[in-house]
Amino acid sequence: MAVVSAGSKSASILSRKRGPIGRLLENEWWLACLLLLPTAVLLGLFIAYPFVKGVLLAVTDAKVGIPGQFVGMQNFEALWHDGIFRVAVWNTFAYTAITTVFKLAFGLWLALLLNRDFKGKVFVRAFILLPFIIPTVLSTFAWKWMFDPTFSVINWILLHLGLISQRINWLGDPHLAMLSVIVVNIWRGVPFYAISLLAGLQTIRPDLQEAAAIDGARPWQRFWYVTWPLLLPVTMVVVLFSVIQTFADFQLVYVLTGGGPANATQLFATYAYQIGIGTGLLSQGAAISLAMFPVLLAVVVVQLLYIRRVEIH
Amino acid sequence: MIRIGRRKLLKLSVAGAAAAGSRGLATILALGQAPAYAQGTTLHWLRWNDFVPASDEVLRRQIIPECQKALGVKLNIEMINGNDIQARTTSAIQSGTGPDVICALNNWPQLYAESVVDVSDLADDIGKAQGGFYEESRVVANDGKKWVALPWCILGAMLAYRKSWFEEAGYHAGQFPQTWEEYRAAGKKLKATGRPLGQTLGHTFGDAPTYTYPYTWSWGGKEVEADGKTVTLNSKATVDAVRFMVGFWKDAYDEGGLAWDDSNNNRAFLAGTISCTLNGASIYLEAKRKPDTYLTEKGTPMKDDILHSPLPRGAGGEFGYHLPMSNMVMAYSKNQKAAKDFLRWITSKEVYQAWFNSQQGYSVGATTVWENDPLWKQDPVMLPFRSAARSGRFPGYAGPADRHAAEVLSKYIIIDMYAKAVQGVPVEDAVKSAHEAVQAVHAST
Repeated sequence: MAVVSAGSKSASILSRKRGPIGRLLENEWWLACLLLLPTAVLLGLFIAYPFVKGVLLAVTDAKVGIPGQFVGMQNFEALWHDGIFRVAVWNTFAYTAITTVFKLAFGLWLALLLNRDFKGKVFVRAFILLPFIIPTVLSTFAWKWMFDPTFSVINWILLHLGLISQRINWLGDPHLAMLSVIVVNIWRGVPFYAISLLAGLQTIRPDLQEAAAIDGARPWQRFWYVTWPLLLPVTMVVVLFSVIQTFADFQLVYVLTGGGPANATQLFATYAYQIGIGTGLLSQGAAISLAMFPVLLAVVVVQLLYIRRVEIH
Repeated sequence: MIRIGRRKLLKLSVAGAAAAGSRGLATILALGQAPAYAQGTTLHWLRWNDFVPASDEVLRRQIIPECQKALGVKLNIEMINGNDIQARTTSAIQSGTGPDVICALNNWPQLYAESVVDVSDLADDIGKAQGGFYEESRVVANDGKKWVALPWCILGAMLAYRKSWFEEAGYHAGQFPQTWEEYRAAGKKLKATGRPLGQTLGHTFGDAPTYTYPYTWSWGGKEVEADGKTVTLNSKATVDAVRFMVGFWKDAYDEGGLAWDDSNNNRAFLAGTISCTLNGASIYLEAKRKPDTYLTEKGTPMKDDILHSPLPRGAGGEFGYHLPMSNMVMAYSKNQKAAKDFLRWITSKEVYQAWFNSQQGYSVGATTVWENDPLWKQDPVMLPFRSAARSGRFPGYAGPADRHAAEVLSKYIIIDMYAKAVQGVPVEDAVKSAHEAVQAVHAST
């Protein structure tokens, strides 16, 4: 009791010695506000402000150098009748869906392989990351040369192997151009999946696998009933990040095809860039960009809810 | 080619400044003192990477130091890919900071009319002193009220072709195909021997519009009526042009052209995979610069096997669209006066001469005085470019090359009309869709 009294006394002395700011920070609410302030400022400056600015631009008729007047939903109505925008919407969904499936499948496969013990494991893991480490613009330029209509090394090899008789028009044919950007995106994205899922795999206790093996589970059953459920939360987070990045992808398509041929590979971001930045129709560009928002919001909400449900179970 | 050394350029620079003659520049130079505004002034000039590298060298090695001496202005020249200039311009205007002077291509200055300084005084003086601007230079840099940019040059666009290959196909010297039908027939023969014609129908600033616009005009097609409002793209003439192109593309062209930018046809031609392409003279000049590198299949210098010809004629006539370039002084610039003085200085005949010579005919200048330059006597292969700019029409025809026309061009609507059709979209649908897109542009304020 005497100790408690002495403690209370010294605390009271300390409190008297502190200034008004110190006393304010004694309050948890104010302390929390202070600690959150840097994050809030950063989010406000780099996330909220551009977003609000984008929304405001999208409801005006602003052009480069002209502030513009409020026009309500006029830009969105114009998009509804814009054939290229419809192509961009379709392309973006197809691009995201196809690449995500392949990136997940290859990434998981690679992660399972890398999770085994073998000679040079560290080297191979580092090597696998290369496509992800190299700046996208640089690696895409390399791919652009490989798909070049005249000097494609892929065509050269196929021609010399006698597998084709004339050059394949990789970036000039609308379907092949889309296939090309999808292939490059998968190539670039697989390492992200592989390394992230590998990290997830390494958190799974080996004794669970051993117990399942002792119980007679075959490799596939061990994966399906032990590994996969435990890996699912990590997988969902990885897919979430990947979907957001792929849906809003710009660099890869811009460098490889510029959205061509004849807009056949336009995505939301490349079309918004062409209209907003290239042509200077800022409000229309902002409207195209903003059209991505509800979709991404829905994806994020659904996936986060799913992750929470998985975690509770 | 006339060689101009540093000393000579210095003399010419002083003469140029004297010729510019305004705001006491000549007096200042005579006194050997830099103008008051120029103490420590740095001008940022954004340009494209020239397809004639020697010209960029002239700017870096000669013009920059001479600008410092003549005007007391430190010139910082930034050179980027031509396809990225519009993006840089937009971001500079919106952020209110960036290059003081931007060299725009095509009729892009019309898109930025509210964000640039009126340079009418400069244009009037330069035009008067140099025999007047070509019409193409005027319409892309003048919005009808004022000069929104000072014309810099026009890049002639001509068909560069392999003389020997056309001869083998039956088209001897002086018999280059004169009509689209003849050109298609020649291309069909050449493609059958693995030597197709080459042309971009991609999203790129130069070769794609300088081909598709005149092609459309030569069939009688046009975007709008002379009132600049009534959209008339969807006409029988345009449909005929697009329909012809679909067969023409398959018969005669390297079909990879759908994915080309402005440099692909240069590479393809110099590698000997195409026989003819619409281009500035950069292919020939590059072959001439490296005669030991670029060789024909017989081992002879390729430069001796290249000739130039205008685009063929169609039912509507024979036209060209030669790429105009003009310099905008940006309204956000804190060095507007220095920027205008710089443009007056560099476009004076005496100073511009060094850059013009380095172009070797790739650029025909923006004013007519350059047609009489001795440069044209040096190389007969370049002679077709000399007065090419006189045959030029401009995007937006038959209306003005205004903001709407610039928007249609920046959205690649005309180019995509052809690209879609050759990809298999029904001709009528491709034309109708392009017509509606042009209408939407003109419907906006």
